[in-house]
Amino acid sequence: MSEFRPSITMQVNGKIVTVIVPPMKRLLDVLREDLQLTGAKEGCGEGECGSCSVRMDGELVNSCLIPVLQADGAEIQTVEGLATNGVLHPLQECFLACGGAQCGICTPGMLMAAAQLIARNPHPTMAEIREGLAGNLCRCTGFLRIFESVLAAATQIQDSEADKANHAR
Amino acid sequence: MRGNCEAHELIAPGSLRGVLELLAAEPGVWTPIAGGTEIMVAYAAGRLNLAKLVSLWGISELRFIRVTADSVAIGAGATFIDLRRHAEFCESWPLLAKAASWIGSIANQSRATLGGNLVNGSPAADSSPALLVYDAEIEMISVRGSRRIPYREFHTGYKRNLLALDELVYALHMPRRFSRHKQYIRKVGTRRAMAISKVAVAGTALMDDGIVSEIRLGAASLAAFPTRLRKTEQVVIGRPITRELVAAAQEALLAEAAPIDDIRSTAEYRRRVGANLVTEFLMELARKDAKP
Ligand SMILES: Cc1cc2nc3c(=O)[nH]c(=O)nc-3n(C[C@H](O)[C@H](O)[C@H](O)COP(=O)(O)OP(=O)(O)OC[C@H]3O[C@@H](n4cnc5c(N)ncnc54)[C@H](O)[C@@H]3O)c2cc1C
Ligand code: FES
Ligand code: FES
Repeated sequence: MSEFRPSITMQVNGKIVTVIVPPMKRLLDVLREDLQLTGAKEGCGEGECGSCSVRMDGELVNSCLIPVLQADGAEIQTVEGLATNGVLHPLQECFLACGGAQCGICTPGMLMAAAQLIARNPHPTMAEIREGLAGNLCRCTGFLRIFESVLAAATQIQDSEADKANHAR
Repeated sequence: MRGNCEAHELIAPGSLRGVLELLAAEPGVWTPIAGGTEIMVAYAAGRLNLAKLVSLWGISELRFIRVTADSVAIGAGATFIDLRRHAEFCESWPLLAKAASWIGSIANQSRATLGGNLVNGSPAADSSPALLVYDAEIEMISVRGSRRIPYREFHTGYKRNLLALDELVYALHMPRRFSRHKQYIRKVGTRRAMAISKVAVAGTALMDDGIVSEIRLGAASLAAFPTRLRKTEQVVIGRPITRELVAAAQEALLAEAAPIDDIRSTAEYRRRVGANLVTEFLMELARKDAKP
């Protein structure tokens, strides 16, 4: 039995938060229960489905497999941190426009896997999208629409950056 | 989720020395957790009967990839993503780079460590075949000092190895001398992504005037732990690749392989596919060697 309750400080979606919880509590549960960020979902609880995916220190991780002590000092981004000032992220817009979500259980994880992919590789090919999202399972939408949504978002981000560059000129 | 977080202690000394001193003070009491992709799965299933865990995550002394003129040293805490992103490493040790790309999804590779893969010691561990055919050495460390042994001697039985209770895996070392070798690796699983292999085989070989002058074959899931296929190698070495040789190699493999039946496959399937993979490598060698 562990009485030890460390104080854990993380930066979650840009905000510094501190929680005092058992060190083996899963990051997923801390996000959902202690921080009321219920975007990340529990599907399998064992690393297979990706519905709990978040970004930690710039990497995609499954929050169901992380004891929160290992996230002490980390920067976490969840799906709640994708939109800025109420404006949807292009990935979110494209999932809406291309029919990339149905029940929505897999969607937060899909979005974070896609955000990770685009952060490291702004011009992904279809094959790279498939690899980037291979750890995320969907039971209803069908993967093609999801992959198409990601491709559309990557294109939209490139276009808007090209626009910005043109304006700057 | 069946695990109970109150039932486990977890601490993070934050330095290699801190962890080693803890392991030395109470040998066998504390179990390391690195990326947790094995331990947390057991925990979620309610199968984790380890009360005291000590975290290796974030200890930079264990997370490195050092490439030199004639070798590479990979820290036990390096993740498979770290390996895949290291261009010079991937170019010089392509079989291990390829294996790294097989370990689950991106989210798994960003946490799964090389040390965790080896200490967990699954017969199917994806990094093992490549390490075996590159003559890797494994370095273990404790407050008593460090020692280095050939990786092929590390596993001693199903999920058993030579680590002492106060030791950690510190690093894996591989020589660079395989650049002239023909190299092969293939994993057979149910799906390209996220599938634990049914069988995997890696090989490195040198051809000299139509003769196989050197060959190393490493396999996952063809025994209770990852192994070199010594008897099959011996049949092939010093001989030209003919139809008869391939048949003899297949026979040797079928005799030497001792795979297990489990939920992913049967022993018989594994032996047959293992023989096919070795055949594929030998055919590649014959073909490449025939080219001017
Ligand atoms: C969804 C999913 C898919 C997977 N797919 C694959 C796959 O395709 N191929 C494959 O081979 N594996 C796969 N795995 C298994 C796992 O990801 C790997 O074995 C991984 O490399 C384990 O590393 P870790 O750091 O996460 O281990 P942990 O869970 O942290 O530890 C595993 C074991 O190693 C010990 N340990 C860790 N580091 C050290 C050290 N430095 N010294 C001494 N002991 C140490 C721990 O005490 C524990 O016993 C998968 C796992 C998941 C969840
Ligand atoms: S809930 Fe974490 S991967 Fe399925
Ligand atoms: S939208 Fe329902 S699981 Fe993907």
